[in-house]
Amino acid sequence: MAEIHDQTGYDALSSVEAITEGLGSVGYISTREISTSLYLAHHLRKPVLIEGPAGVGKTDLAASMARFLEAPLTRLQCYEGLDEGKALYEWKYGKQLLYTQLLKEKLGEVIGGDQGLDSAFEKLTSFEDLFFSETFLEPRPLLKAMKQAAASVLLVDEIDKADEEFEAYLLEVLSDYQVTVPEIGTIKAEVPPLVILTSNNVRELGDALKRRCLHLYIDFPDAARERAIVRARVSDVSDDLLRQLVSFVQGLRDLDIRKRPSISETVDWARTLLLMHANELDETLVRSTLNVLLKHESDIAAVDLDIRKLAKESAAA
Amino acid sequence: MAEQVLTDFIRALRSADVRVSTSESIDAARAVKLIGYGDRVLLVDTLRCVLAKSPAEKHTHDRLFDLYFSREALEPPASEESDQSEQEDSAAPIMDALDLIENADETQMAMAMEAAARQAGIADIRFSTQTSYFAQQMVEALDTGALEGEIKAAFGARTEEGTARAEALIEGRKDLFIRARAYAKQAFETFGKGETEKFREEVLTEKAISQLDHYDLARMKPLIAKMAKRLAVKHSRKRHKKNRGQLDVRKTMRANAGFDGVPFDLTWKQTKRDRPKIIAICDVSGSVSKTVRFFLMLLYSLYEAVPDLSAYAFSGNLKDVGEILDADAFDPVMDKIIRRVGQSSTDYGQSLIDFQTDHWDQIDRRTTLIMLGDGRSNNADPRVDIFSAAAARAKRTIWLCPEPPSLWGTGDSEIPRYRPHCSSLKYVTTVKDLERVIDEVLASYN
Repeated sequence: MAEIHDQTGYDALSSVEAITEGLGSVGYISTREISTSLYLAHHLRKPVLIEGPAGVGKTDLAASMARFLEAPLTRLQCYEGLDEGKALYEWKYGKQLLYTQLLKEKLGEVIGGDQGLDSAFEKLTSFEDLFFSETFLEPRPLLKAMKQAAASVLLVDEIDKADEEFEAYLLEVLSDYQVTVPEIGTIKAEVPPLVILTSNNVRELGDALKRRCLHLYIDFPDAARERAIVRARVSDVSDDLLRQLVSFVQGLRDLDIRKRPSISETVDWARTLLLMHANELDETLVRSTLNVLLKHESDIAAVDLDIRKLAKESAAA
Repeated sequence: MAEQVLTDFIRALRSADVRVSTSESIDAARAVKLIGYGDRVLLVDTLRCVLAKSPAEKHTHDRLFDLYFSREALEPPASEESDQSEQEDSAAPIMDALDLIENADETQMAMAMEAAARQAGIADIRFSTQTSYFAQQMVEALDTGALEGEIKAAFGARTEEGTARAEALIEGRKDLFIRARAYAKQAFETFGKGETEKFREEVLTEKAISQLDHYDLARMKPLIAKMAKRLAVKHSRKRHKKNRGQLDVRKTMRANAGFDGVPFDLTWKQTKRDRPKIIAICDVSGSVSKTVRFFLMLLYSLYEAVPDLSAYAFSGNLKDVGEILDADAFDPVMDKIIRRVGQSSTDYGQSLIDFQTDHWDQIDRRTTLIMLGDGRSNNADPRVDIFSAAAARAKRTIWLCPEPPSLWGTGDSEIPRYRPHCSSLKYVTTVKDLERVIDEVLASYN
């Protein structure tokens, strides 16, 4: 099949299991669904759009993919007002200006020989491409990713933060892996990068964008996966404590709070507990370290009543 | 056949409101070709990833996948096309009813049902009442000639064994019909349910609000959420309009300071569009309260497009109902407000006075003031003067009246006296009307 390319660098993506394993080897605990979507992304040559609550490891997945493939990661962080000039390419105006100044005399020489305005103009137009060539083109992340000679990972982070019009710039990159620069032409990727887009759903993304992407929704992990993740990051936490703290965090996420604790906060909490030489959870310990998990005063107040119950349940888990 | 399986599944998804474009169907076909039908978990992960593009769609997808792929043991249509046709030939389903009853095992039976269903065009099923019809069609698609003949012959023999055999065959025929019915019923769940829902929703939005009963109210919520999403997508576009042709000198100079002031990078003047600001004042007495409920529900679901929203409810006195905004439980809060506010008899004049004393500053030139009520003020002074002053301050003033125009001005209706001060006066009966009004209001900000 045409989709299965023999490009160097992507060999590791030969099967779903291989991806799960490979990601595991760089410390990312994958699920079958995640691995499947990456497998498809490569073999169908499609970008993956990852949605899900903040802090479930969307960005980390892209970084881990790059580590696993031993490929460079090109990252484009989106924000309101991000435009073509910062995402695709920009002309090096300063350099152009400097060169025109420096070459002024040279230009005078070249043109000077001619008598009529017409012939001078003709001569000048033949040089025009000099100043609008790749020498003066400043590649921004998207163009940079297209120019990679071997396998690479392109991460378009928090695409929902960019304006709607910006999605339109992305479409060409996402569906054809190319960038069109009007003055030069179309620059097509020789080796298409593995494209990963993430969104926190600040706003609904356009259908055109969604249509061009595979879609992966990553939710908070279940207890077993979260344990594996914490274990991978904080290796010397005891089994008992690990089970208890994960069960506590899972319980916390079910409560009605503004910001549910993310995975990285669980990891931080595990480190904190470890530092405090805790062997098991109890209410006072939880209370004194709760600010690692909850970052809003109102959230801490809201769960106040539930802490005792949760801590008890977790200790029994 | 493999393709038929996939296209039918996509059809089922579409009927359940999952938008699947043609290019996505092609992707799905490519993906399935890549991974095959052999591994069920892999298949569901793959299709979910390619076809469903939001958590809600993923949920629908999983439900339909279970329904749709539950019956077949996922017979792998061979991956290479060349021997696919061959295999299909060799495994042609038994279509003779007699043969089926007497000899078929479960798999053959299932295959026959599948084939019969396809012949009957089961993917067209739309309503649950069609189940029997399609079951009948399916049985007819089977070749029943031999079976009927055999039954007749067995009866005709007039022996004990003959009668017993005939009865057994009749049982078998009944069983076939039961199977067909079960199959058709499942097909309805897969293909038809979404369509039926859609149809119901359409009817609901066009139904007069006063006619909606309790049962409808529960259905209305997701509908209004959908409506609000549509409006938000339409109106939360960018708020800057490039005013091409007018150079913004200050910005241009700043942007080009690095180039020695040579203006390479030109910046044009932009006009900022106003963010919509809506103040809604709603009469929550008796008959109007139902309309108000939907109106507020819709407004509050619009937080994306209307960041600046305040709502007040009144009958005798005016109360701020802003607290709904933060509450997930819309209904209980709304009930509380109506109970609290809606006790006394309606007094438009007093409510306008209350508004003037407490919230007057809120009206500015970008405010759209929306009044919702029948304008029946129990013969109290309607204080048209305050209303006209408010209208003069606001960008637009819109009155929504749930009473038909023929009743305006009858009895204690003060609508004709308010009317000259409104930018527009609208008769709203259905939820669709409400949507149209809000659409118009938001459009006026672009």
